[in-house]
Amino acid sequence: MLDDADRRILRQYQATPEAPMSDLAERCGLTATTLSRRLDRLRASGVLRGVRGVIDWQVLGYAVEVSLRVTLDKSVPRAFDEFLARAREVPEVIEIQTFLGQVDVRLSVIARDLAHYQELYREKLLALPHMTDLEALMHIARLKGDETLPV
Amino acid sequence: MIELDETDRAIVRALAADATLSAGALGRELGLSQPAAWRRIKRLREAGVFRGARLDLDGAALGFGVTVFLGVKLAAKGRASLGDFERAVQAIPEVQTVEHILGMYDYRLRVVARDVPDFERVLRRRIMALPGVGSVDANVLLSEERRPGPLG
Repeated sequence: MLDDADRRILRQYQATPEAPMSDLAERCGLTATTLSRRLDRLRASGVLRGVRGVIDWQVLGYAVEVSLRVTLDKSVPRAFDEFLARAREVPEVIEIQTFLGQVDVRLSVIARDLAHYQELYREKLLALPHMTDLEALMHIARLKGDETLPV
Repeated sequence: MIELDETDRAIVRALAADATLSAGALGRELGLSQPAAWRRIKRLREAGVFRGARLDLDGAALGFGVTVFLGVKLAAKGRASLGDFERAVQAIPEVQTVEHILGMYDYRLRVVARDVPDFERVLRRRIMALPGVGSVDANVLLSEERRPGPLG
């Protein structure tokens, strides 16, 4: 369903999501009209869901980022659903992923500083239901983070 | 660090959801004039509130059916060549993110592949061939949800 021109568009668009459409058209070797028609089609088919701004939380005063790797009590039938529902209520949780593997769920948690993280950890995170194991990994640096798909 | 008021927070939330929104469209949504919205957006961007933008693509529809998070621990002797590892790992197209982590392991990689055999190829030929790699643990992503974060 995708042809070479679509793939070229997605490659170029992923590389510079904020470039003007005229630049993108030129780099793809397409006219602006063709590009906009193809982008409409990619959006309509659901392949392109949108262009998201990526927030730099450090600039907003959240210096600490922690990955919480959680193992859940699988003997409780609704452990996943209940855990996820409660995790969504914590505003400092910016990402929730579920896994097949040693880890069941991973939460990305941001905090203003370590004292704030400790407070979050004690008052909100440890209060999440059905956890059997919990492990925190501290994020030091993001070396590559564009999440480009090699289309 | 930048101080945000209620309107700034609404702008950040809106641009995080749709980075292509114009100052005019944002202004209409928030009851601001176009120039007022533009000034606020400019201030936020200049402060570096946005690291950039990313395309939200349906990976499965594009043929990437498998996403795996790998925890990579470097071998003791590999630590001398941290730079070599970091350069080489970032050059692998299937590696979407590389994060340096404290605890348990050294790096967390997000890897996409077409299917399980394709993932095995990436793992054996690319990841395990990286300089200094010790042990690797893998968790297959089942679902993912991004949350708006603490923006009021």
